[in-house]
Amino acid sequence: MMNAAAVSSVPNVPRRHTRRQIIPDAVLGMSFFVACELMFFAALISAQFVVRGSAGEWPPPGQPRLPLLTTAGNTLVLLASGVLLWLAARSMRDAKPAAATAKLLRWSVWLGSLFVAVQGMEWMRLIHFGLTLQSSSYGSFFYLIIGAHGLHAVAALVLMMHVYHTFAGGTLRVTRFWAAQVFWYFVVGLWPFLYVLVYLT
Amino acid sequence: MNPSSVTAPAHQADAHAHHEPQGFFSKYLFSCDHKVIALQYTLTGMFMAVVGVYMSYVFRMHLANPTAHIPFYGVLSPAAYNSLVTNHGTIMIFWVAMPVLLAGLGNYCIPLMIGCDDMVFPRVNRLSFQIFFLSTVLLLLGFIAPGGAFGGAWTSYPPLSAKADYNMTPWGNKIWLLAVALEIVAFLLGGINFITTAMNSRAKGMKMFDMPVLVWMIVIATIIFMMSVGPLVAGAVMLLLDQTVGTHFFGAQGGDPVLWQHLFWFFGHPEVYVLLLPELGVVCEIICVFSRKPLFGYKTMVYTTFMVGILSMVVWAHHQFVAGIDPRMASIFSLTTIIISIPVAVIMFGMIATMFKGSIDFKVPMLWAVGIIVEFLLGGVTGIYLGSSALDVYFHDTYFVVAHFHYTLIPLVAFGGFAIFTYYFPKVTGKMLDERLGQIHFWGTAIAFNFVFIPLFFSGLAGEHRRIYDYSGFAELATPGMLKMRVIATHALLVMMAFQLPFIWNVLKSLFAGAPAGANPWKANTLEWAADSPPPHGNWPELPEVHRGPYEYSVPGREDDYWPQNAAN
Repeated sequence: MMNAAAVSSVPNVPRRHTRRQIIPDAVLGMSFFVACELMFFAALISAQFVVRGSAGEWPPPGQPRLPLLTTAGNTLVLLASGVLLWLAARSMRDAKPAAATAKLLRWSVWLGSLFVAVQGMEWMRLIHFGLTLQSSSYGSFFYLIIGAHGLHAVAALVLMMHVYHTFAGGTLRVTRFWAAQVFWYFVVGLWPFLYVLVYLT
Repeated sequence: MNPSSVTAPAHQADAHAHHEPQGFFSKYLFSCDHKVIALQYTLTGMFMAVVGVYMSYVFRMHLANPTAHIPFYGVLSPAAYNSLVTNHGTIMIFWVAMPVLLAGLGNYCIPLMIGCDDMVFPRVNRLSFQIFFLSTVLLLLGFIAPGGAFGGAWTSYPPLSAKADYNMTPWGNKIWLLAVALEIVAFLLGGINFITTAMNSRAKGMKMFDMPVLVWMIVIATIIFMMSVGPLVAGAVMLLLDQTVGTHFFGAQGGDPVLWQHLFWFFGHPEVYVLLLPELGVVCEIICVFSRKPLFGYKTMVYTTFMVGILSMVVWAHHQFVAGIDPRMASIFSLTTIIISIPVAVIMFGMIATMFKGSIDFKVPMLWAVGIIVEFLLGGVTGIYLGSSALDVYFHDTYFVVAHFHYTLIPLVAFGGFAIFTYYFPKVTGKMLDERLGQIHFWGTAIAFNFVFIPLFFSGLAGEHRRIYDYSGFAELATPGMLKMRVIATHALLVMMAFQLPFIWNVLKSLFAGAPAGANPWKANTLEWAADSPPPHGNWPELPEVHRGPYEYSVPGREDDYWPQNAAN
């Protein structure tokens, strides 16, 4: 935990009483943001269920089916990325050599990027088969929900790269790492639910 | 952790002061100081209030005399009428109430009331205002876009709002939606700051239940906002895709128009409580100070407020009783809607009990605070009629609804805004406002306000529908009796507007020639009155320490009838 002097000498960081924080600022702020995001995704999913409830057949006849197996494999890739980040956090906590932590972080980012890349390729194939935003409300919801998750994944990856670079440069503030961790766990942890609710049911 | 922390401990006490921006632009336009950001929000909100009032002036003048040439506007066309009605609602909720009551008040008061220098994330705070400002400009640009500003009502129901073929504003509908979405993002960033700051930055010795109830209420309002806003953003993205890409979320082919209403009102109704709670917090503060009594049932108030927050999330479908929802669902939502009046009533009774046997001093802020209680009560009571699904089938979309929500929102936003303004003006500027002009302003505004909206209750009961440009096509609504109601309301609006002149004169006069206020003109306990007026950059020479709760007024055996939170004894 930083002391008062450390806080006040950083530009634009407020001077304040240094009470023991149960949850550090960055983590608390990020958690509320994630709570808000969860409501966003809950709304998208429930909207899909409302429309699906009044549709006769789901997926509608004549629309391409979603790639279940590839995506199942891709799910494992994303989960592995989350596990690697958890290992990186442990290695950082136990003050292991920086090179080991950096390696775990790097692999976590790479697996995350692989997930996004595979998703992109699957999209290209689906569009080729005729599933588009306009083709049906099935397509609209698929691209909306999965696309929203994809955008969050990309944003989280950018954040993780920032974390990696500041870690490599030795200027990473640990609370900031924790906040990035919260966001990546949100992206990773949300995905299996989306896989079940959009792909499987 | 930061390298500079190792090298700079020698001048730690004044390290922050070194970062005080000097130039005009860095000090007033790009500042990270919470007080400057609060003023930016408040002044932008007040400017938009003028815009919103001007719009209501134009369409009320038109309704009173449909063919006339309106001074300062001209003749109102049907499309322009729709645009004005839509944007009046949008502006008053999103660009006046939110920035003034939540962002302005919260930014100013939270750090000062809990005794820290600034928000936890000052740069996020600055970004919040910048996005808000961008959204303001965007919304106003809608009026010069080809086809004019969006005219599909502030609730923006599809299919009308989803297709330019229907709403005839190909640019306006997208601009409106984007502006609202940006504005929401701005408050999201601000909200993260509010909660984190209140949790982690409190002064030494200040426990959660030593926070003024205002801070509690702002925090709870922010939590409600953050829990309800996600669905609106989701709905806005879907509607924007419907408008631009041609998806089928809310359209007739495979989509569901009522789905938008659920997403919109899931946010839209909690939003009412987001606006209500900070206001009730201010009323609590003002009533304690001007009655010289502790707040009645502080903890009960806080728990009750949590109850309001939870219930506010499960009342939304009472806006959709005529939208074809399941009647069983309608009765559940009737029930929750009527139940939520219980915790709100508890808070109101708490305020009245605070005044009971107090030595009440009717200074101007106190007048506004008591005005809120009286007028808001009327708004709340008429809400019970509308919450009952059987009655709402008749009242829905009539002027009864219009009068009802103006009776809740004008006490909150206008009265509440003036209460905040007159209460904190000495703190913000260091000058006192003129009492006499303030009293004239209060009585003129409050009386005229009732004459605007009481006639509308009656025309609503007589069946007058809202959002209609020309009543001459409806024989039963075009009678001289109905017209008379509209004329009374319009004249009262003009009187109400005229009574804002003493206020403007008061502000200008006091800014230049007001009596100096000193740090604590109201003899209040809370920490913001321990700082200088106006508080300097960094707020405190030394961080304050808190020894007691915020409402220690008239403590027996003490010479002063107040006991500041930071006073050692």
